[in-house]
Amino acid sequence: MQALSATPLRLSERRILILKWLLHGVSFSWVAYVFFTAVTDQVAGDPVDRLLHFTGMGALNLLLLSLAISPVAKRFRAANLIKLRRPTGLWAFSYALLHLATFVLFELQLEWALIGTEIIERPYITVGFSAFIILLLLAATSITAVRRRMGRRWQLLHNWVYVSAPLVVIHFYWSVKSDVVEPVVYGLLVLVLLYVRRERLRKIFRG
Amino acid sequence: MRLKSNKTVSRLTDNDVTDERTYLNRRQLLKSMGFVGAGALLSQSAQGIGWFDDDDENVFERRDLSFTQPDQFQINDTVTPEVKSTSYNNFYEFGTDKGDPAENAQDFTVDPWSLTIDGLVEKPITLSYDDLFKRFDLEERIYRLRCVEAWSMVIPWIGFELANILQQAKPLSRAKFVAFQTLYDPEQMPGQRSRFVGGGVDYPYVEGLRLDEAMHSLSILSVGMYGKTLPPQNGAPIRLVVPWKYGFKSIKSIVRITLTEQMPPTTWNRLAPQEYGFYANVNPKVDHPRWSQARERRITTGGLLARNRIETQMFNGYPEVAPLYSGMDLSRFY
Ligand code: HEM
Repeated sequence: MQALSATPLRLSERRILILKWLLHGVSFSWVAYVFFTAVTDQVAGDPVDRLLHFTGMGALNLLLLSLAISPVAKRFRAANLIKLRRPTGLWAFSYALLHLATFVLFELQLEWALIGTEIIERPYITVGFSAFIILLLLAATSITAVRRRMGRRWQLLHNWVYVSAPLVVIHFYWSVKSDVVEPVVYGLLVLVLLYVRRERLRKIFRG
Repeated sequence: MRLKSNKTVSRLTDNDVTDERTYLNRRQLLKSMGFVGAGALLSQSAQGIGWFDDDDENVFERRDLSFTQPDQFQINDTVTPEVKSTSYNNFYEFGTDKGDPAENAQDFTVDPWSLTIDGLVEKPITLSYDDLFKRFDLEERIYRLRCVEAWSMVIPWIGFELANILQQAKPLSRAKFVAFQTLYDPEQMPGQRSRFVGGGVDYPYVEGLRLDEAMHSLSILSVGMYGKTLPPQNGAPIRLVVPWKYGFKSIKSIVRITLTEQMPPTTWNRLAPQEYGFYANVNPKVDHPRWSQARERRITTGGLLARNRIETQMFNGYPEVAPLYSGMDLSRFY
């Protein structure tokens, strides 16, 4: 995408640091608060449902936020915003991990036989699980040293993030009973985020 | 099939809902003119328990009921705390999140109400709000409620057998099914005004039973829970409770019960026929296409760490209904 604004938006290192800590603070305290209310029986109704919903939506929102960072950085020529991308992606993974943990520990309550069959037999779980595996690989290779060692292959692997986002939306769409408005809106958001980097995606697909 | 059910739908909707609405509008007019005394308003806010976050919001007023407690329905299962069963609801007319109905339904008008029993009956009946509580002796029945979403609760309902009122209406011999309909009132029910709120459901919500299922002594019309009248989020002023079927069969805020010859359309079946059948009997052996029905999480007390996952029982633990389905392949008629 072309840089459209005339003057670069210079964000000082301090500003970036503040944004980073804001991200950490909000992401951590919010999920900690929700788990606390669930454990102490302060959730109206079913705590497991509340957690699945909160962590699932949280993971999706953070994933989309991480995908929005580079277009925004380019648009406003605020190059060092990119520094927020890795922590945002890692928070998306952390929420997804808590989402999976909620499902295994509290929904299925460690009934291992069922965990296997649910992942294989329920298409929406299969799709969610695939997205999770992608996020897991991306998170595991996000350390700078690993990144250096992987060289060109690192970028190839991390291009899979563009697959994970649509997978999550399909997972979301499939998981609801009838209320498809929200997943459809998220689907449109993903399309926008993919559209703004269409040149890049075209190159990736040409190989 | 599609055509046939559509025909039934239009017959069902072509009813006195309009009368209903002018009736309600009149009450709203009276209210806005200040005719519904200050006492009513005061008693509403006096019940505020701070649950529905906003202080200035009314809490629906519930009355104590008098009823008997037949022994056979006082079961041993731990009863779900009232605060949970009245704040975690599926009632898409008031929004699709579980907390929406408790939040959006507190101003729901239930008095006046009118419930009509018609169709293939000798004597159609119309009950007013007061009739709902006076026409039959009320009894308390503690029933398990199993939601199709694989959670369950245990709820002390107050009501009377559906068979009582059907018998008074005298079904004709041609009558084979019973169709139920929820109030259609977009002014009061935001989910009916906008598909963004109501989850894309075609309103009014409709449900149905076979006549012999409806006449079974376990099928009740409930007008209360936990000793008091129903709150709107649980289906005030009158709802069906069929404890051996998934919760969505137990239709809320009923205005019309129609006896029919043909199997009536039902809302979730229309939305997703491959996922929700007409019968919707609780059955651990027949999975929902998207999740297992073998187990359920019983919502009582205890937070996240409660080990509340239990085996789902056939017919939700009401084996006495099995004869209704003898000879039927329940994996086909799900
Ligand atoms: C690891 C494998 C996964 C499993 C087993 C899983 C399981 C589930 C389950 C059981 C639900 C709840 C459906 C319901 O009760 O309505 C759900 C919903 C959802 N999941 Fe996942 N999920 C997985 C991965 C993911 C990932 C990686 C993301 C996002 C990055 C995600 C985002 C969501 C969202 C947004 C919802 C909808 C929330 C709602 O409407 O309540 N899931 N998932």
